[in-house]
Amino acid sequence: MQAGQLSKYLKGGAIWGFIVFELIFFSVAGEFLSVSDKAFMDADNMLLLFKQSAPIGIIAMGMTIVMINGNIDLSVGAIYAIAAIVLLDSMTWPAFEGLGDMVIPVAWALALLSGVVLGAINGLIVWKTGVDAFIVTLGAMLGYRGLVFMYNGEQPTSHLNWTLVDFAEAQFLGLHTATWFLLAVTLAIWFLMTRTVHGRNAYAIGNNREAAVNAGIRVGPHMMINFMIIGFLAALSAIVFYSESGSVNPNDGELYELWVITAVVLGGTKLTGGAGSIISTFGGVVAIQLLRKGLAHLGADTSTVNLVIGLILIAVLFLDRQLNVKGKEELKV
Amino acid sequence: MAGLTKSQIGGFLARQGILVAFALFIIGFTIANPRFIDPDNIMGVVRSSAILGVMALGVTFVVISGNLDLSVGSMMSFSTIVVLDLHDKIGPTLAIPTMFAMTLALGAFIGFLVAFLKLNSLIVTLGMLSAIHGLTLTYSGGKNMDIADKEGTWFSVFGQGDIAGISVPILIFLLLALVLGVVLAKTPFGRKVYAVGGNGTAATFSGVRRARVVFMCYIISAFCVATAGLLQASRSLGSQNTVGQGLELEVLAAVILGGASLLGGSGTIFKTVIGVLILGFITNGLLLVGLQFYVQFVVTWVIIILAVWLDIAAKRGKLWSPIA
Repeated sequence: MQAGQLSKYLKGGAIWGFIVFELIFFSVAGEFLSVSDKAFMDADNMLLLFKQSAPIGIIAMGMTIVMINGNIDLSVGAIYAIAAIVLLDSMTWPAFEGLGDMVIPVAWALALLSGVVLGAINGLIVWKTGVDAFIVTLGAMLGYRGLVFMYNGEQPTSHLNWTLVDFAEAQFLGLHTATWFLLAVTLAIWFLMTRTVHGRNAYAIGNNREAAVNAGIRVGPHMMINFMIIGFLAALSAIVFYSESGSVNPNDGELYELWVITAVVLGGTKLTGGAGSIISTFGGVVAIQLLRKGLAHLGADTSTVNLVIGLILIAVLFLDRQLNVKGKEELKV
Repeated sequence: MAGLTKSQIGGFLARQGILVAFALFIIGFTIANPRFIDPDNIMGVVRSSAILGVMALGVTFVVISGNLDLSVGSMMSFSTIVVLDLHDKIGPTLAIPTMFAMTLALGAFIGFLVAFLKLNSLIVTLGMLSAIHGLTLTYSGGKNMDIADKEGTWFSVFGQGDIAGISVPILIFLLLALVLGVVLAKTPFGRKVYAVGGNGTAATFSGVRRARVVFMCYIISAFCVATAGLLQASRSLGSQNTVGQGLELEVLAAVILGGASLLGGSGTIFKTVIGVLILGFITNGLLLVGLQFYVQFVVTWVIIILAVWLDIAAKRGKLWSPIA
């Protein structure tokens, strides 16, 4: 039993160990290889790192609960793009002309609402048809992307609202607005998953659906709520990013699902459901962003980043399985 | 017909729903625009579907064996870039086998990870999607790859040539579909693929070497990807690094549309070809009716979900899922 505990701690702490390793590696290697004079572990650099991980990180929190629930959502990138378009375009609608800066909360609400509705559509289809979430959201990924294009053709949708830009660029207690959003979402989802009935049931459903049904848990509504939450978070992520940038291309958010899933898997969440932790996902998000920044610091280009992240993902999977096998053998003894 | 009960008709519709939907589509589009049924148009659709189709043939094997391959898109970019680069360096005669060998090596690596190390294929191929994309960019230095002498090379025959009035990509697609269809349906290996995907444990106890079968499926997939890369390179004689980006999901959509279950154990090459053609004809039909290309994304979404839904509804005998 003692040894099983050890392997559990080892797995839970692995992502933080990896982050520490990255910090040391890039700091030391940066001294010799870096093209810039600045140290890697510069405070400004680290603050920026949190800000830059916010868009992926916020969605990753939603992906974690969907995956704990035993599902997956491939349509988040497209939902992100739709929410961004709704956000920027609704601010220019004639109906809201007289509102002044009060248009901002209205636009936010509309963007978030569209995210929730799109998530609910996915959830409802998974629930009512019984089609696997992978297929449903794969289809939605195409379908929602089609809606993005139908909205404004192949043209970018742009609108800059300076009040909004000021808000997005503000720093409070040293942290950027985006970082605060990421932290708040992490905290809220952590609370949801560890301290509420919904969270407990989501784990139970992912772990053993039959048993959950026998225990009287209604599987469908819980799955649907989780899809609505990830839709909401994809839209929130779009709000955080596009408040500042003010222009969205119809291709934006493509491949986001892959980045998000990579972060979540790095954090130790199982594809089979039932296991995973919000705090570790936060670690996974930070680890990926550190890797991108660190490699850039060393002067590597995107090609190396892609290569390294892909191989690390596979290595993590391999190590995780080795640890699991070990844990089982120890249990036998 | 009179003797058929309602549920029998329902069952038939659900089982052969994909063919029924295909027929309805063709009739609908033909009424909307008679040019749709024109032989030239049909040939054009099949030709433009050939690259996607060739990849879908390989992925069918992987999916039937109970696994996924999300790396085919970026692997296809890799093949295309490599063969274009080598074409000018060592000549097409050597470039083609070299490119096939490199692509097969990638497939063998993925196959090793999934089959022998028993890692989750979704994550492995997701990682490889990113890693191979990085590899391609490193190889090309991020630049577009072009053949210097586009007029004087015989290399263009694979993508642009004609034999007896039928274009070569169609011939290659159909030939490969025929060969792989026979392999899957008529050989012991094919039956092992179904056995491994249908019930891996039972297959192992019956003496099937599961790891070897899965490994071979990834090799076949890589071979198909290399062929698709060859067709792509030969058709355009120049390429970006991202030529295959996103294709993995379209390929998967075609395979699922053909009725292969993601759980493994079901699907056929013939149905995958139908799935590929449906996607191709939908795109073409919507364009002919005067809609933008992106409308097909929405239509594909609806069709995929309806197709899979009807399929499982027929199996469980109830339209709505039993999930509480």
